[in-house]
Amino acid sequence: MPIQYYIILSLALFCIGIVGVLTRRNAIIIFMCIELMLNAVNLLLVAFSKMHYAAAAVANKAATEGTEGQLFVFFIMVVAAAEVSVGLAIIVMMYRNIHSVDVSFLNRLKN
Amino acid sequence: MNAIIFSALSGVAMMFTGIFTTNKSAIRNVAVIALLGLIIVNLLHSYGIFVVRVNTHSMLQFETFGLFFNTLVFAATLLFVLLSGKDVTNAGTYGAEYFALIFFVLCGVSILTCYNSLLMLFIGIEILSIPLYILTGADKRNLKSNEASLKYFLMGSFSTGILLMGITLVYGITGTFSIEAMRPAVSVGAPNYGILEPVGLLFIFIALLFKVSAAPFHFWTPDVYDGAPTVFTSFMATIVKAAGFVSFIRLFDARAIEMGISWKIILPVIIIATLLIGNITAVFQQSVKRMMAYSSIAQAGFMLFAVYVNNDMSKEGILLYTAAYSIATIGIFAILTRMKDITFDGFNGLAKKHPVLAATNAVFLLSLAGIPLTAGFFAKYYMLAAVVKENGAGALWLVIVAVLFAAVSVYYYFRVIQAMYFKEGEPEITEVSGGFKTALVMLAVLIVLIGTFPSALLNWFYF
Repeated sequence: MPIQYYIILSLALFCIGIVGVLTRRNAIIIFMCIELMLNAVNLLLVAFSKMHYAAAAVANKAATEGTEGQLFVFFIMVVAAAEVSVGLAIIVMMYRNIHSVDVSFLNRLKN
Repeated sequence: MNAIIFSALSGVAMMFTGIFTTNKSAIRNVAVIALLGLIIVNLLHSYGIFVVRVNTHSMLQFETFGLFFNTLVFAATLLFVLLSGKDVTNAGTYGAEYFALIFFVLCGVSILTCYNSLLMLFIGIEILSIPLYILTGADKRNLKSNEASLKYFLMGSFSTGILLMGITLVYGITGTFSIEAMRPAVSVGAPNYGILEPVGLLFIFIALLFKVSAAPFHFWTPDVYDGAPTVFTSFMATIVKAAGFVSFIRLFDARAIEMGISWKIILPVIIIATLLIGNITAVFQQSVKRMMAYSSIAQAGFMLFAVYVNNDMSKEGILLYTAAYSIATIGIFAILTRMKDITFDGFNGLAKKHPVLAATNAVFLLSLAGIPLTAGFFAKYYMLAAVVKENGAGALWLVIVAVLFAAVSVYYYFRVIQAMYFKEGEPEITEVSGGFKTALVMLAVLIVLIGTFPSALLNWFYF
């Protein structure tokens, strides 16, 4: 499959994520949209990694190009997990205090 | 490498200290000793002595600039712990854990000063940010702290997403994460997406601008700095922000050419917007804490000059700026933590009641405003001189604009001094110990010393 399809799919997922973050009011949903952005990146990284390998393998069957990209995906997964644990803890802490996960209450600091 | 490993280990050690003792002064002492150790191992590394040898596969590259910056940041943290260590342990329910998180932040900083691969940039930024989300929300019962922490977290991970997309696009074109322009021939037959690389770099720069809170990506800063417990605001506004700039400079050094000439136009616009928004909004604030948040945006505008021009002078400038700005801000926030009323009116008549606090606070504010004989003057001078040196008279307009905004900043810094010295009032202040006063005086002396002999600090940089 040509690489363009992957790029378009990932960018579409990424944009859905961005629009979600900017428009939704529920902290959990915003959080899910951020995860969607990260997963779009993962998908694109794997596609690029495969592309670089395929290009290098024409000349040399034992090529190792593209392994970096897949390694990066693992790092993103690990870091995203760490972020989720902290983020959910923050959301739970907020829920305990105000019994809501709606971010539109977040305007106390404005004045 | 010494610093990265040792700071992570110190963080773990602090967590264990929290298990074995609840004595707050013991916890503080352990943190101070660990910080001293951190400074020593980092200095050893600067002189070529490795405690641990690790093959980093050229993912990290150690240079004098980065190592010196590390030393500077660790020293600033040491001053911070000596001055506000009590407030750190009292910020929430836990004491030792906050120090552990501070050490993890330092680990992120020491990765960001020497990364050579976009992977390490990403990991460094995350190691730096995740502990900060927790520190921002340290005051769990306080709604403002909750709100700041959630906002910081959402904004931070959003910008991480953008950063990752940028890295991926750059990887797609170049096939490597190394920031030194190694371009393996892009595969034959693969379509040419040359546009993707500048777009990818642009995404990375946007994410970094988020981190250093430059306009137009600054909007989270005042809320987060205002809501976080004051001690941690002080830490975030100084050490973490400076580290963001160093990572920015490293990347710009290596990859700016690929963005084409356009960044030469974009960056001055961002600098001026940052100076404008930071300074003008700071004028209208009623709370000193919020004023300091906006002033930190304004100072970020000045620090961006080191990204705009890249020569020896701008590197010296950013080191001097980091030192001057960190010391002054840590001092002001330490005094602010002791105040019951953090509006401008709360400072009324402070000079009569606590002359030492008022005098040192005045020195810190003068330094931030960039008055001669304080460190802040030479920091600003080096930045602007670097711009003129690089671009000649063509960049003179930019320098003039920057100086004008520095003049605006004098207004809101002097409002505090005016309140302290020329207004009558009964400032309410929590008990201050003699040690705290001595530490403040030492900071003020340090500022004047750097302001009189800036070359002493910089000569040390060249060993």
